[in-house]
Amino acid sequence: MAEKFLMKGNEALAEAAIRSGCRHFFGYPITPQTEVAAYMAKRMPKIGGTYLQAESEIAAINMVLGCASTGARAMTSSSSPGISLKGEGISYIIGSDLPCLIINVMRGGPGLGGIQPSQADYWQATKAPGHGDGQILVFAPASVQEIVNLVGKAYDLAETYRMPAMLLADGMLGQMMEPVEFPDTEPVVHEKPWALTGTKGERKPNIVNSLYLQPKELEDTVKARFERYAAVQEKEVMIEEYQMEDAEFAVCAYGAMARIVKTAVVKARAQGIKAGLLRPITLWPFPVKEIGSYGHKVKSMLCVEMSMGQMVDDVRLAVNGACPVSFFGRTGGVIPSPAEVLAEIEKMAGGAK
Amino acid sequence: MAIVFQKTKGLTDKETHYCPGCTHGIIHRLVAESLEELGVLGDAIGVAPVGCAVMAYDYFNCDMVEAPHGRAPAVATGIKRARPDNIVFTYQGDGDLAAIGTAETVHSATRGENITVIFVNNAIYGMTGGQMAPTTLPGQVTQTTPYGRDVNYSGFPVRVCEMLSTLSGVAYAERVAVNNVPNVRKAKAAIKKALKAQMEKKGFSIVEVISACPTNWGMTPVEALKWIDDNMIPYYPLGVYKDETEKGVHAE
Amino acid sequence: MILNMLIAGFGGQGVLFMGKVAAYTAMVEEKNVSWLPSYGPEMRGGTANCSVCIDDEPIGCPLVLEPETLVVLNAPSYDKFVDAVQPGGKIFIDSALISAKCTRTDIEAHYIPCTQMAKDEGLDGLANIIMLGKVLKETGFTTYEVLCEAMKKCVPAKKAHLLDANLKAIKLGYEYQE
Repeated sequence: MAEKFLMKGNEALAEAAIRSGCRHFFGYPITPQTEVAAYMAKRMPKIGGTYLQAESEIAAINMVLGCASTGARAMTSSSSPGISLKGEGISYIIGSDLPCLIINVMRGGPGLGGIQPSQADYWQATKAPGHGDGQILVFAPASVQEIVNLVGKAYDLAETYRMPAMLLADGMLGQMMEPVEFPDTEPVVHEKPWALTGTKGERKPNIVNSLYLQPKELEDTVKARFERYAAVQEKEVMIEEYQMEDAEFAVCAYGAMARIVKTAVVKARAQGIKAGLLRPITLWPFPVKEIGSYGHKVKSMLCVEMSMGQMVDDVRLAVNGACPVSFFGRTGGVIPSPAEVLAEIEKMAGGAK
Repeated sequence: MAIVFQKTKGLTDKETHYCPGCTHGIIHRLVAESLEELGVLGDAIGVAPVGCAVMAYDYFNCDMVEAPHGRAPAVATGIKRARPDNIVFTYQGDGDLAAIGTAETVHSATRGENITVIFVNNAIYGMTGGQMAPTTLPGQVTQTTPYGRDVNYSGFPVRVCEMLSTLSGVAYAERVAVNNVPNVRKAKAAIKKALKAQMEKKGFSIVEVISACPTNWGMTPVEALKWIDDNMIPYYPLGVYKDETEKGVHAE
Repeated sequence: MILNMLIAGFGGQGVLFMGKVAAYTAMVEEKNVSWLPSYGPEMRGGTANCSVCIDDEPIGCPLVLEPETLVVLNAPSYDKFVDAVQPGGKIFIDSALISAKCTRTDIEAHYIPCTQMAKDEGLDGLANIIMLGKVLKETGFTTYEVLCEAMKKCVPAKKAHLLDANLKAIKLGYEYQE
């Protein structure tokens, strides 16, 4: 077995990206993800890579666009307000069919908001990371080890499907230290005949572009992209189901929030409430079938988020009326306690047993 | 029969969409010829802007990427950092470079990013139908300055070469025009020098090309070329604003 | 749970480092562990706190809101967290800096003048580690040897000269008689 390190989520993330073949990081400082940039600034020069502090998040995401267009593994990292600035670039990257990795260590919003952990960017990540018809892969790790595992996966799928991938974390996960081991597998290498490398006079020019002035041509391009999305939705969904075999009450949560819910579920079970946890690991593609399949099996579902309720929309769509879906959340950087979540589970189960 | 002139390999056979009398075509040709003559066409990666030259990716016969509005220098930075031995150039208009993309322009310049920027200054937003540009002259009538640009209200035009020449990362900055044959020859020499500076890894290079937009200026092509002499060049004097191409801008 | 600890004090008192050393004992023993600091403006001079969980099972919530073990290194932290300790839990108070006496009867209070002890023994800045020695003694979350082993992992190579002082601080706290 590989050696275990005790590492902060942010640092493990950066190391995992490097081990996945990322050699080009473009960032702009923002709390609470600065350790990612600091780690990259320290390591990249030693391994012949790029750490570049851009003049803005807008510039950083466009450096990613340029870098990714050459076929290199590029990455940027930010937190909520910075991700809003990257929205333009993300849309262009989607429209240019380029793979890359974007990190959002979420903080409270809207506006400047706060700097404490939040999950209020779920809608932004899964519904409208930029303008236009388009999606990005969205992964929501719940532990430092899972951050490491998902970074490699994110690059692999981003290149397979030629689309950006986002790791959606929060300050709690980024700041937390946990034991972690790095898989010693080599990154999957994808052929990139589309990459801009110079024609050398040996082939026709490659063009990376998102402009299609003929409506039909644009429609065909978007439709072809959505066929890839359908394949992603078919094959790449990830979800953890915890204590769901005999569950009468399901709690849906993702990321660090799911850790708190897990503690509450254990306590609820100790009281005799048959509770379980459904934890989407991919937020896009959302585990529609998996969560939907419990609609008729459980009496009720509860969605818990560090927001005013965003993923709950997708849970309701997945369940499609088969069982009641309620919501509990805290926002603005307030972290719901296991006791609060337990009280909500008790409420769902018709009072404490 | 001996061939005395033929189209550069640096341009595709695609017919351009530029208006009659527009000088984008000349500038495209100068860039393409320079790449070919320097023997770097096969190494070139170009970045197209948003604006009239948005479809430059169809015209240059090299690898091309289309950047978001104003972000071409950032996109070029990403390319160059990944592929330092390729020749990376941006082709940008005045709105793209000196308004929405000012930060990207200034910071790629001050980093001494080893890229070449071709900056086409025609004092107007062409593609959107002739609105005020950051380089629109005082008093100049545009769709959004129908009574002439009032500098007390809309501010003053940006002189890009002058501004950038204060930055340590800039190896070469020259302003040229393409309104007559001697000027076109000088423009080509400047573009070649800028690309050569990049080949020799000297730092950031920019060539500002004063260009005509007869359609949005409301002139005939001939009047437009004269208007450059009478109005543009007095405000935007031609010449070399910075030349550090001997030793380059980066410390050893 | 083997250890469910909240450490709180001023920034600069080594709150985070104390938690890190405790966390490393779990690395030595190959147990599950989480270490979670408070972050933000309070990192720059205000109050700092840190949650450490060690367990044989995977750690659920890494945030310790109701600690079994509470360590307070200044008075504001005592006031803020004393009521959060689980019944049957333990509170460790730096009595050199905190004059308050714990009035709760359902928890076990320990008073260690660790800041004064550090000063007296020439171990400036190691009050936190003296406290950790005492926490070990009273909770038995690991063994003395493992804690020393963990300390060795936490002292960076370029600060190796500080290791002996840290080990001495552990011993001092471990052997302290109230």
